Amino acid sequence: MKYEYQKEPELYTPIMMRIISKRDLTSDVRFFQAVPKEEYKHLNLDYKPGQFMMLSVYGSGEAPFSISSSPTRKGIFEFAIRKTGKLTNKIFELKDGDQLGLRGPFGNGFPIEKMLGKDIIIVAGGLGAAPLRSLLLYILDNRELFGRLIYLYGARNIDDMLYKPDFTEMLQSDQLELHLTVDKGNEGYENEIEEGLVTHLFKYVSDIDPKNTIACVCGPPVMYKSVVKEILKYKLEKDKILLNLERRMKCGTGKCGHCIIDYRYTCIDGPVFTYWDVIHMRELI
Amino acid sequence: MRALKLSKKDEIKLYDVLKEFGEVWAPVPKGSKYVYGKIEKKEDLVIHEECILPIIPVKKFLMPPDFTMLKFTPSKYSIPEEDIPTTVVVGVPACDIHAVNILDKFYTTDYVDNYYMKRRERLIIIGKSGTPRENCFCHKSNTSIVEEGYDLFFFDLGDYYLVWVGSEKGDDIVRKGADIFSEEVPKDVSKKFVEFRRNRNKSYINDVDLEGVTDLMELMYDAPFWDEFGEKCLSCGQCTMVCPTCTCFNVIDDLALSGETGERRRYWDSCMFKDYSLVAGQHNFRESKAERLKLWYTHKLKAFIGHFGSPSCVGCGRCIETCPVDINVVTVVEKMKG
Repeated sequence: MKYEYQKEPELYTPIMMRIISKRDLTSDVRFFQAVPKEEYKHLNLDYKPGQFMMLSVYGSGEAPFSISSSPTRKGIFEFAIRKTGKLTNKIFELKDGDQLGLRGPFGNGFPIEKMLGKDIIIVAGGLGAAPLRSLLLYILDNRELFGRLIYLYGARNIDDMLYKPDFTEMLQSDQLELHLTVDKGNEGYENEIEEGLVTHLFKYVSDIDPKNTIACVCGPPVMYKSVVKEILKYKLEKDKILLNLERRMKCGTGKCGHCIIDYRYTCIDGPVFTYWDVIHMRELI
Repeated sequence: MRALKLSKKDEIKLYDVLKEFGEVWAPVPKGSKYVYGKIEKKEDLVIHEECILPIIPVKKFLMPPDFTMLKFTPSKYSIPEEDIPTTVVVGVPACDIHAVNILDKFYTTDYVDNYYMKRRERLIIIGKSGTPRENCFCHKSNTSIVEEGYDLFFFDLGDYYLVWVGSEKGDDIVRKGADIFSEEVPKDVSKKFVEFRRNRNKSYINDVDLEGVTDLMELMYDAPFWDEFGEKCLSCGQCTMVCPTCTCFNVIDDLALSGETGERRRYWDSCMFKDYSLVAGQHNFRESKAERLKLWYTHKLKAFIGHFGSPSCVGCGRCIETCPVDINVVTVVEKMKG
């Protein structure tokens, strides 16, 4: 057989980035900013909200991470990373100026072209606020291209809420209808943050035009069913409900097999799936 | 496509022709089974009458069980220089060539995998149709004959082999071996060929009925027999290692003692292993063995059709021979059919 060889960068060879800044979002989630090293600056590293990248630290392996930054703010890649295993422990040891391997972007991302002009409901749970930050910033930076923006965010408790200062400040903004909640314990934030599951915030969501609305959801696996149930009450069509899912991945290119669900690969056909996909594919949520 | 004749009296000269093109590999005995082994002497190149299915199929040449993808330092990842020899593999049955065709599609869809491609371009496949073995069911999976994917393909028609030429490389080989590959095919070749095929079709022993299994996979997805299989399954992953179309891999970094250099390795993984679908925070999308078995059979018998238009079971029967607790395509299909 004869093939066309993949040109540079090679598919499985990470390019190098430098960490330029970092800060803690919670006790175990850290926000990193990174830029490609000089020799990779010529590469087109454009991406869409909802896509992910494979990050490597030499000697500690590679794993997929959703991109937290928006393509509207070019040049700097941002990730919100939870310390949870061997690789992320290593990433937490990185200092400013240290290097990180990067491949991607991979995955389909959110179908921005279909979302233009629409009202957008974003529902985030826990660390789901990381990939959805990319979408949020994208919409805010192109505010005139979208209709209403409703953002519901639920975290386990006050300490686990990502970007808390940004979100509490945004509550005053007229650019979006933002509602925050924590499962338990909102002491000190009674005026800004509710108490209860994220589904409980739907009481603030009204006058939805189902023909002109798209919902985007990302959170822990347990969250999807209950959130989708709430969204369906507004009579949204099943392909207008978008879910950003997580799976184990070793390649990002549909080869290693780990992220397969029925005949679709989360890294190729996802990580953004519609609710229509969910009812036609077992194991999705 | 051309067809030529190779007299059995010239069979002994085949090795010398093939070794002009690269390393020659063929089935060699190992205990009561066969493995693909490197042939060093012309008398060791044996073309068997029956179908020989080495324990590990042709995929081992195309995606080595464990190899170095990258070398790294703290500031660079690079592809190691490697010298991949051209390999001529002799005696590959039709089902295993179908499997290679499936791998070709798989590794060139969406993204092209260069590690696979480099090896595929250096693999010459000489197929051979033989008498089916006890577990073979390629006649049920539509993989008993093959039209593409080989360079040469041999049929045993008595005192000679009918040799189909399937590629440019195959054509180079028969030109190089012009003194043994003859254009003068006997006049009664078509009669003999039809007879061979007829006899072969009659000699299958395994009569598993695959009709409708794709739909049955759907209908029987929640049937209790999956849990029974799950209880028996040892999660050893042998079914996936011997399956000619299983491709899953894991990737791991090995750091040298200095801590400054190392290698990123890719090695075969199995969806039967417990951590196959484990993600950060210890959430496991396929915690139970029954779920993992269903994944495998869904992928082989149903899901692959959605992606590539055909099932990815080629009927070689290796899972039947290999599974220590009798979980295989035949026992699963029998359960599905009640």
